Amino acid sequence: MESPILSVEDFSAYFANHCVLRRVNLDVPRNKVTAIMGPSGCGKTTLIRCVNRMHELVPGARVSGRMLLGGEDIYAINPILVRRKVGMVFQRPNPFPTMSIYDNVIAGYNLNGMRLAKGERDRIVEESLAKAALWDEVKDFVYRKGTFLSGGQQQRLCIARALSMKPEILLLDEPTSALDPKATAHIEQLMSELKEYVTIILVTHNIAQAARVADMTAFIYLGELVEFGPSQKLFTVPDDKRTEEYLTGKFG
Amino acid sequence: MNVTVRIVQDRLFKVGVALLSFLALLPLFLILYYITRNGISSVNWRFLVNLPRPVGESGGGIANAVVGTAILLVLSSVVAIPLGIAAGIFLAEHRHGRITYMVRLAVEVLQGIPSIVIGIIAYAWIVLRMGKFSALSGGVALGIMMLPVVIRATEETLKMIPDSLREASLALGVPYHRTILRVILPAGLGGIMTGVLVSVARVAGETAPLLFTAFGSPYMALNILKPVSSLPLMIFNYATSPYPEWHSLAWGASFVLAVFVLGLNLVAKVVTRKWKVQF
Amino acid sequence: MLEERMTALKREILGYAGLVEDMIEKAVTGLLQKRHEMLTEVIEQYEPRANALEIEMDDMCTALIAQYEPKARDLRTILMVLKMSNDFERMGDHAVNIAESGLYLMERPPVKPYIDVPRMAEVTIKMLRDSITAFVNEDAVLAKNVCERDSIVDDLRIQLLRELITYMASDPGTIERALHLIRVSGNLERIADLATNACEDVIFMVEGRVIKHHHFEEPDGPSTSN
Repeated sequence: MESPILSVEDFSAYFANHCVLRRVNLDVPRNKVTAIMGPSGCGKTTLIRCVNRMHELVPGARVSGRMLLGGEDIYAINPILVRRKVGMVFQRPNPFPTMSIYDNVIAGYNLNGMRLAKGERDRIVEESLAKAALWDEVKDFVYRKGTFLSGGQQQRLCIARALSMKPEILLLDEPTSALDPKATAHIEQLMSELKEYVTIILVTHNIAQAARVADMTAFIYLGELVEFGPSQKLFTVPDDKRTEEYLTGKFG
Repeated sequence: MNVTVRIVQDRLFKVGVALLSFLALLPLFLILYYITRNGISSVNWRFLVNLPRPVGESGGGIANAVVGTAILLVLSSVVAIPLGIAAGIFLAEHRHGRITYMVRLAVEVLQGIPSIVIGIIAYAWIVLRMGKFSALSGGVALGIMMLPVVIRATEETLKMIPDSLREASLALGVPYHRTILRVILPAGLGGIMTGVLVSVARVAGETAPLLFTAFGSPYMALNILKPVSSLPLMIFNYATSPYPEWHSLAWGASFVLAVFVLGLNLVAKVVTRKWKVQF
Repeated sequence: MLEERMTALKREILGYAGLVEDMIEKAVTGLLQKRHEMLTEVIEQYEPRANALEIEMDDMCTALIAQYEPKARDLRTILMVLKMSNDFERMGDHAVNIAESGLYLMERPPVKPYIDVPRMAEVTIKMLRDSITAFVNEDAVLAKNVCERDSIVDDLRIQLLRELITYMASDPGTIERALHLIRVSGNLERIADLATNACEDVIFMVEGRVIKHHHFEEPDGPSTSN
C-alpha cells in the first residue's frame, strides 16, 4: 500500500472556544477520489479548509494536531506555500470577473508575480483547460471574459485555474450543489479522469454523489470521524450504526 | 367600503405621488432654465479663452477661472483619492473593532463639518505657514471635503464584492496585499470611480473654503504656490460687484459651471453602468 | 463510471457462463467416454470456482446497486445478472451430479447404448449457449426460441425414463445403473429449465415484459396458461 499523500493526525479545529472537529485521524490515499460526507454543520467543510489553511483566516479560529502533506507538517510552513500545493474549488463558481478566460486560468501565476515565457503560459492554459474538459468549448475565445459561460462551464474554469498550479491535492467543496444535473454529471465524470493527475478530496452532502464518484469515503458526524473506508464497503456493509442510519436517511 | 372607492383612492394616491415628485424636480428645472437663459448669451469662444478685463472694458473672459478650477480639482483629487481609497479599504476589510468604529465616526463627522470651517482650518494649516494664499491650500481644503464621499463610496463598493472572490484569490496562494490590489480593487473600480467623480462634481462649486485659501486672482496662475482664480470665486466676486458687464460674466460662468457639474454627474452614471462587474 | 462497471459486470457473467458450459460438457463427455480425469476435474476444480464466482457476482451487483442507484435498463440488467449467476451456480451443481453418476457408471457395463443422453446433452448445451448469445445481443427473439425448446428436453427425459423402466422391470440388476442414468437425465433437464429461466430474464431486461411461468401472450391480450 502506497504511502498516503495526506496524513491527518489527532486533528482538532475550533472557532474560538467552540470545537467543530474532534481528534480526526485520516490517511488520504494518493491519486484517488476521497469523499467526505455528513449532515450540514458536521465539520466536513472545516476539515478541508484546514488542509489548505483557509480555516485560520477567520478571526478566533485555531487548530491542534498535525496534518502531514507528503510527510511535511503543513502547519509548520508558510500558508501561502501550502495553498500553492493544495488547490480549492468552491461551492459557487467564482471566476475573476475582471479577467478573461485565459487570464483566469493563469491567475495563480499572474497574481503571484511569477514570470513565465509566453509559450509556457499558452501551454499551461491549454493543458489546464483540456484537463478540465473545457478546452474544446472555449478555445476560440479564451481572450473573452469568463462571465458569459454557463454555471457548469464556470465551475470547470475554476477547476482549470486550480489545476494550472499543478497542485498535489485538489479540494472540492460541494462543487456541484449550485449546478444543474447535466453540469453535475460532467463534473463527476471529470473527477474520475482527474485522479490520474491529482488526489481529489471531495466534500458533499449528497450521499448518492459520494457513492458514485468516490473510491474512499469518510463519514463525519458532529465533528467526529465516524467511519472511513472503501466506498464499496461503506455503502453496502458499514461498520458503524451511525453510518447505517445516515445512509438510510434516519437523520441529516 | 366598496371596491370603487378603493380604486379611486389608489388612483388619487398614484397621481398625488407623481405630482409631488414633479414638484420636487421643479426647482432644478427652473434653476437650469434661468441660468441658461441668462448665461448662454455670454458664452462664446472669446469668453472661454480670454482673461478678465478691468472694469469698463468689454471682451473679458473666464479662462483663468476655468484653468484655476481645473488645478484645484486636480490637487484635491491627489489629496483625496489615495487617502480616501485606503481608508475605504480599511473600513471594508475590518468590519468590526474599536478602531473601525472610531474611523467611521470620524468620517461621518467630517462629512457634516461646514465648508467654511474646513476653509479656516486650511487657512490656519497652510496659508499662515506659507505666509500667502495659494492654490495648494485651496486644493487641500477641497480634498478634505471630498474625502468622506470617496471613503464612503469605496467602502460600500468593496462591501458589495462577495467574499468568494477574495477566497478564490487566497486559495491560489496569493498574499493578502496582492489580493486586495489586483483582484478586489479592480473588481470595485467602477463604484470607486463613480464615487470620485461625484465628489469632484460636488466640490467643483464650493466657494466658501476658497475665500481665504485660493483667494482668487485676475491673472492666469499656473503656480500652485500662488493664489489662483476659480469659477465659484469669480461668480461670487463678479455677481456682488456693481458693474453690469461683470454681472453677465458671472451668469456666463454660472452656466459653464452648471454644465460642467451636470456633465460630471452624467459621466459618473455612464461609468457606473459600463464598469458594472457581474459576480 | 457506471458504464465501465456494467461492461465489467457483463464480462464477468460471460466468463461464468463459459465456465459452467465447460463443466457440463466435460461431465457429459467424461460420462460417455469414460474419462476419469475429466470427471474428477469437474468435481474438484470447477465446482469450487463456480461457487466462488457466485459470491463474487453477488458482491459486484450489490455494490453497483448501492453506489450507482441504477435505473431502467441498467437496473434490470443487474437484477438479471444476479439471477443468472444463481442459476449458473445451480447448473454447476447439476453438472457435478452428472459427473458423480458418471464416475459410478463408467466402471460398469452400460444398461443400453447411450442415445438419449447425448441427444439431451446436445440440446441442453445449445440452449445454454443460445441463452448467453441472447443476453449478449439483447435478442428477445432468440430468447423466446430457447424457451420453446425446453419441451424437447422434457420429452426426451420422459422417453428415456419409460425405456429404463422396462429395463428395470425385466432385470433388477440394472436398477442401480438405471437410477444413475435417470439422475443424469433429470439433471440435464434441470439445466435446460435453468437456461429457460435465463431467457425469460433476457426478455424482461430487453422489453421490460414479464413472461415468467410460461405466459407467452402480449400484455393486452387474454391470458392463457400452457
